[in-house]
Amino acid sequence: MANLKNTEKKTKSQAMGMHTEVLTGRTQQKFFNPDEAENFYYFGTYDVDFNKRTDLDVKDMSAAEANKKIDSLMSEGYGTIVIKNPQGKHSLGVGILNKLNLIFEGSLGYFGMGSCDGPIVRINGRVGWSCAENLMAGKVVIEKNAGSCFGAAIRGGDLICKGSVGARTGIDMKGGTIIIGGDAGAFTGFMMQRGRIIILGDVGINLGDSMYDGTIFVGGEVGSYGSDAVDAELTKSDQDWLKRKLKVAEIGENFDVSKMKKIVAGKKLWNYDNLEPTEKKGAI
Amino acid sequence: MCGIAGLIHRGKSSKVGHELQGMLQALKHRGEDSTGYALYGDTDGKNFIMRFKVGENVGEGSTSVAEDVSVYDERKKIVDSYLSEMGAKIIKEERILPYSLRYEIQYDKKDLLEFSQKIESIPGVEILSMGKSLEVIKDLGNAKMVCDRYNLDKLVGTHAIGHARMATESGVDIKSAHPFWGYPFSDVSVVHNGQLTNYWNNRRALENKGMRFMSECDSELIAVYIAQKMREGASLEEGMKESLSGLDGVFTYFVATKDSLGMAKDTMAAKPLVLYESDDLVAMGSEEIAIRSILPQEIDTYDPFDGEVKVWQI
Repeated sequence: MANLKNTEKKTKSQAMGMHTEVLTGRTQQKFFNPDEAENFYYFGTYDVDFNKRTDLDVKDMSAAEANKKIDSLMSEGYGTIVIKNPQGKHSLGVGILNKLNLIFEGSLGYFGMGSCDGPIVRINGRVGWSCAENLMAGKVVIEKNAGSCFGAAIRGGDLICKGSVGARTGIDMKGGTIIIGGDAGAFTGFMMQRGRIIILGDVGINLGDSMYDGTIFVGGEVGSYGSDAVDAELTKSDQDWLKRKLKVAEIGENFDVSKMKKIVAGKKLWNYDNLEPTEKKGAI
Repeated sequence: MCGIAGLIHRGKSSKVGHELQGMLQALKHRGEDSTGYALYGDTDGKNFIMRFKVGENVGEGSTSVAEDVSVYDERKKIVDSYLSEMGAKIIKEERILPYSLRYEIQYDKKDLLEFSQKIESIPGVEILSMGKSLEVIKDLGNAKMVCDRYNLDKLVGTHAIGHARMATESGVDIKSAHPFWGYPFSDVSVVHNGQLTNYWNNRRALENKGMRFMSECDSELIAVYIAQKMREGASLEEGMKESLSGLDGVFTYFVATKDSLGMAKDTMAAKPLVLYESDDLVAMGSEEIAIRSILPQEIDTYDPFDGEVKVWQI
């Protein structure tokens, strides 16, 4: 069991002003020691060789058949899989809990790459609603546009769209980074709890509505701020991080980050540290 | 959840019946209680085409009460006599199904309000569409079933909109199916995906202005709302823009006229829409797979933003 006192220490992200709260709940304890990573094991994952590459044409497959085939190829050790003819099918590439290079030669429909943990994905097309929902780790790069609810509830990883995205991008996100090369729609960062969103273009109305925490960076115009979303000072540390992130994301490398707006939670709606009535009784 | 799809060819005609069937069939998982087509065919523009029904489809899944076919015959006779009384001449008559008919009629007056009110005063009769290019065909079942039943596959035209319906707030019947004709305007049709929450307030206000509602489906409000705005002098695009504040709820809808196609998305952007636009074709649908059914090659598509209204001409 981790020492609770450790959680009171300022993390790097807190030092950078990205998260200001001190986490105290039991669920925030550090149960795992990063030094023991070799002991981590996901049921149903495989050792794959990134140099072992194959193509998979999913034109005449259902989403379930395609996903099972991807799993089967991983079990054979394929570490790089190129998906041909996805043709906007829904739910492709979901539930991959593996290290994997996955390349889609075309566009995905709804829920593409949902609930994944670890793969590096490049989509040479567009994605529909709720792409990479619940992403835990890894990197998903979309070369064209994305639909609404992009990166809903992601916990980690990098989600990059080089084009524009629809409404409610990063809704309920709890970690990770979302980077948008173009514009974003209404309610971007709605109820986000952690993580960072970077939008190089304009963003629609109600930006960061009811956000608990996390940070949004906007390069263009903001339609309007949502409830409890406020401006914050863009620090040197922020700018350095933005430059690094944009470079790694292969997007907006020469973008002038010094003029970006930084939006955080005003925390007037905050209720995290208040005890529930039953807990209060227990405390008495 | 319902699915909508639409397309417009600019500068040429195509088999829009076949294309829309493919698009709507790709969306059948969004609802297949009923499917409807609003097709804008190539005509000489001289005569009106009136699609109307004298009864309901009472097949499997229907919430309508069965009637004897003789009742349909009786209603048809009254329609014919009323048309004669109003000076409308039937040029061609097709009875596609016992309850569904297509008339090509010669009618010189421009105001269709009185005409429609007279025909629809017959209990059980509803004009599905009236126009010189528009034909609304809607029935129970998925897109392929309706297309086959009405032989829509070969219909050639410039543009079309359609709807795959999952019935939620009203019955499984033809009268609640989309598209809705923009009564009493010739060649105006509407399809909608979403829910309208100020339906009754708007309906009462519009009924007081003389507009008619044939169903209790909230989507019908959009057709009537836009029609009323156009009656008051607004252009199609102006009427659609006003609807963003006048209609409350979540919606994405399409409106088509004789020579244009428009889309509007509510300010919450709560309902999906994917759009493909090129110099000679605009195609859009609730999901990309609808567009892929007619454009399997790699294409650039995007989601229109909240509160966006767009109108394209043929």
